[in-house]
Amino acid sequence: MNVFDVIVDMVPSGATVLDLGCDDCTLLERLHNERQVRGRGVDIDDRSIQECIRKGISVFHGNLDEGLKDHPTGSYDYVILSRTLQQVRKPHLLLDEMVRVGRQVIVNFPNFASLINRIQLGLGGRMPVNKNIPYSWYDTPNIHFFTRNDFVSLCREREITILREVILYRQRIAPPVLPNLLATEVCCLITKDGSAV
Amino acid sequence: MIPKTIGLVEPHQLSLSLPPEGLLLESGRTLPEVVVQYEMYGEPNGARDNVILVLHAFSGDAHAAGVHHDQEKRPGWWHDMIGPGKAFDTDRFCVVCSNVLGGCQGTTGPGSINPATGRPYGLDFPVVTLGDMVEVQRQLMESMEISRLYAVAGGSMGGMQALEWTVRFPEMVERAIVLASTSRLNSQGIAFNAVGRNAIMSDPLWNGGNYYGGPPPAQGLAVARMVGHITYLSSESMRQKFGRRFQTGRPGGLAFDDQFEVESYLSYQGEKFVDRFDANSYIYLTKAMDYYDLAESWGGMSAAMDRVQGALLVLSYSSDWLFPTEQSKEIVYALARAGKDVSFNEIQSPYGHDSFLLEASLQSELITAFLTGKKR
Repeated sequence: MNVFDVIVDMVPSGATVLDLGCDDCTLLERLHNERQVRGRGVDIDDRSIQECIRKGISVFHGNLDEGLKDHPTGSYDYVILSRTLQQVRKPHLLLDEMVRVGRQVIVNFPNFASLINRIQLGLGGRMPVNKNIPYSWYDTPNIHFFTRNDFVSLCREREITILREVILYRQRIAPPVLPNLLATEVCCLITKDGSAV
Repeated sequence: MIPKTIGLVEPHQLSLSLPPEGLLLESGRTLPEVVVQYEMYGEPNGARDNVILVLHAFSGDAHAAGVHHDQEKRPGWWHDMIGPGKAFDTDRFCVVCSNVLGGCQGTTGPGSINPATGRPYGLDFPVVTLGDMVEVQRQLMESMEISRLYAVAGGSMGGMQALEWTVRFPEMVERAIVLASTSRLNSQGIAFNAVGRNAIMSDPLWNGGNYYGGPPPAQGLAVARMVGHITYLSSESMRQKFGRRFQTGRPGGLAFDDQFEVESYLSYQGEKFVDRFDANSYIYLTKAMDYYDLAESWGGMSAAMDRVQGALLVLSYSSDWLFPTEQSKEIVYALARAGKDVSFNEIQSPYGHDSFLLEASLQSELITAFLTGKKR
């Protein structure tokens, strides 16, 4: 069980999907095989692009920090951003762009407020390094640290509805009890308020 | 061990079998005879479904790989990409490249003999379009009994033809590779072509296009080529290649007998070009490029893209200012909106528009992945 299982579970068969920061298209390939989606990936890395092309998956070179201006409004059923929101320069603007381009959006991210992180920072006095955040502070792609509750309040601020929230604890789905304390990772299905669902 | 590369190759010529009225062109005019020069690398398989049609750029020709004789200094223009084990792998694919209609390297063009007069056409040659070139290529494929293409591929004007192929004959094209190209030239591109044509036409030897049998307008054509060459390079690649170094003479001399390296390079390119290219072809082919507008000829961009059936790979190059990335993106996002199978990458390269001829590694790998990867 991992977060890709959760995402695959959220996408209905035959949907159109845009996967931002698609890496080597592992997720898109699963969605192709298991959900018969029409999918497209976006990545900035040449090797990732090459691998997607080899797998026969449509992929574009793109820099997420430049937004999604070339993608028309509502042009995909689902826009996916997996474990990347904490790595872009302006997460709030990218979130706006995703709910514009996708009728629904799936976004997952590590919860910085999870118990293990609190212990490492609060009691240990050191920046957390663990399975969920496996980087030292000086060499990490993560440039924003935020919590499950921070994300919920950002969505409220930007008039985005959370349709579904899945809490993961160490790669397993956990019951939604004290999510901000217990979740190591969160996966949300969101949409812009007032847009047709 | 024998090095795995294409050695001696032979050009072929084929006369299209045309109806009595000749080849009908988009302009409404006809050509009574059309000869096509082409080369072939690798063999068609039994099902004849492994053919890749490679489309040359403006000043290219059918000689894409290998050499014509042992003394030939430079092999064909895409030798690095075509051959055993290369991106266009001739162990697996049969690669065909033909000279375009209106050209001057074996295919019928303004320098060919007009059967009606027994003299070269000159400006009596009808205006040809990129669509006409593609139609001639299709008829060449038909003569070779090839009804489906594994891929069409080209850069610059060749990429424009590859795009036209996917829209004009969608049922024939399984894959298209469009490099450093566009669905229509921007005004900057048209402007540079206009300067080239003006250089030729203002050479007194051009004589309204009637110079066959006498000296050609070499000076005008050389200047046109010099301008062209500047547009194929980038500011950075020129700085690296030439800087402000002097080739000859004493720097600062007042007799103007000194020459910067970049000057001598451009002169050399101009002179070399005159030996192999016809000035009238320069005019016809640049006009064909200028007029080309995919959206306009197919009732809008989305109508054009709706016709596409095959998969596309579109590549642009970061330092190409003649066919900038934005123009490739226009194609890519129009295809995406139409729900087509298209992949796009911008390759970081310092070589300007010429990158697609020079940048072998990543370009090769992406093309290999596209040609040999999974097709959905």
